[in-house]
Amino acid sequence: MFDRRDLLKGAGLAAMAATLNSTRALALDTVTLPFANGERPLVKYPQKRPMIGLTSRPPQLETPFAVFNDGPITPNNAFFVRYHLAGLPYDLDPDKFTLEIKGKVDKPLKLSLKDIRKMKATEIVAVNQCSGNSRGLFEPRVAGGQLANGAMGNARWRGVPLKAVLEMAGVQAGAKQVVFGGMDGPVSDKTPDFAKALDLAHATDGEVMLAYGMNGDDLPFLNGFPLRLVVPGYYGTYWVKHLNEITVVDSVYDGFWMKSAYRIPDTPDNSIEPGTAPKATIPINRFTIRSFITSIPDGAQLKAGRTTLRGIAFDGGKGIKNVSVSTDGGKTWAPAKLGKDLGNYSFREWKLPVKLAAGQVELKVRATSNSGETQPETPRWNPAGYLRNVVETVRVNVA
Amino acid sequence: MQRTALLAITLAVATMVGSALAAPVNYKTPDEVAAFKPGPNLEAVQSNCAACHSSDYIATQPPMKDKKAFWQAEVTKMIKVYGAPIDDADVGKIVDYLAATY
Repeated sequence: MFDRRDLLKGAGLAAMAATLNSTRALALDTVTLPFANGERPLVKYPQKRPMIGLTSRPPQLETPFAVFNDGPITPNNAFFVRYHLAGLPYDLDPDKFTLEIKGKVDKPLKLSLKDIRKMKATEIVAVNQCSGNSRGLFEPRVAGGQLANGAMGNARWRGVPLKAVLEMAGVQAGAKQVVFGGMDGPVSDKTPDFAKALDLAHATDGEVMLAYGMNGDDLPFLNGFPLRLVVPGYYGTYWVKHLNEITVVDSVYDGFWMKSAYRIPDTPDNSIEPGTAPKATIPINRFTIRSFITSIPDGAQLKAGRTTLRGIAFDGGKGIKNVSVSTDGGKTWAPAKLGKDLGNYSFREWKLPVKLAAGQVELKVRATSNSGETQPETPRWNPAGYLRNVVETVRVNVA
Repeated sequence: MQRTALLAITLAVATMVGSALAAPVNYKTPDEVAAFKPGPNLEAVQSNCAACHSSDYIATQPPMKDKKAFWQAEVTKMIKVYGAPIDDADVGKIVDYLAATY
């Protein structure tokens, strides 16, 4: 882990570099994520503060974990970035942008950004989390983007309900799914273009949103400007960026990114024996419930006595019922005080005053949702490294 | 003035006026500095892998016990799933390089 001083130092360098108009990739500093081969550069991209660089082409940026202690909303300039394919629409013109709605609809539509902004707007606070968030912490390790816990963020999204747009187009009888495509695409025409699908009932639930606003501003370019899908409670793979194509289909969409990728084992808890292969799989869907201590990094040195622990919890949309904290490695648990309720899809802050005795101390946090879902004490495993939600432990040295 | 500074100003203005639409985005990512490590058959790797992704995709993968099997599976995935146009003659060279170097 790294501490805040590193980040501040990085931010200072970034500001300096910006005044020099430098376009060099700025390795401001490095951080070491808590797993083997976890060294990463801190990098500075336009519209972003120094972020943990996973890959540069296409860009993938992880949020430094200390950001999550600053409040329940993740700032736009700290929000994680994940792309699959390196053909990004770097030169897109928002004045010429159109969203096409087609397929099994009575009236195919082409909407400009102005058309969409003229519609009645709604807002929702919702967590977006990469399916591969925390993959680097899987044991045994698995291939894929090696992320720690920073491929998640919570924002206030503004836009129009997908339902309203589909109603304008008039979904025809027999429609089964809605398919979403963005302006980013593959380098080679042999690579399957990125597209995701939702069942029609889900797509028209009134919550799934076409968002142009994020925390009071336009979407940052790397977070899907000028329009992205927001699928509250669902993993980020469905939150298609630079969204410009919506197709209603009368079948179950069988494109690569639904049929073969982003699959989880079809078992009761979606896990299997570590190191084995699943017999059957289903598309990844809702978040598992998670909670984190954000006020103290792993390995911190603390003074004995009273301190207040703080953190966040979230789940796939039922809302957080309670958060319990242990300061003795899980032997005893105390209920934390929950912060302001920003809705069932949001991070929920928690805090708890505790008294720490000298020695090596294991701090643990566990959330329970309104549906009774809670976090397991041992990690579940699947070969793609999805759904991690084990009770997290922060080890500190108290003196 | 360089384009990045112009972009920064454009973005700042766009932010200030809220939802006003601006000119084309012209987003500039930093130059790519990550490079493949030196190793046998580096050329085959550069010409085949780097067309679609940067080298950090490879460098950040976890240290596996059976490196050869891991990288064989990854290269196979790139060909079969993502359509990487890799000549049969290059496959072994690429796997050997990856297993020896990462």
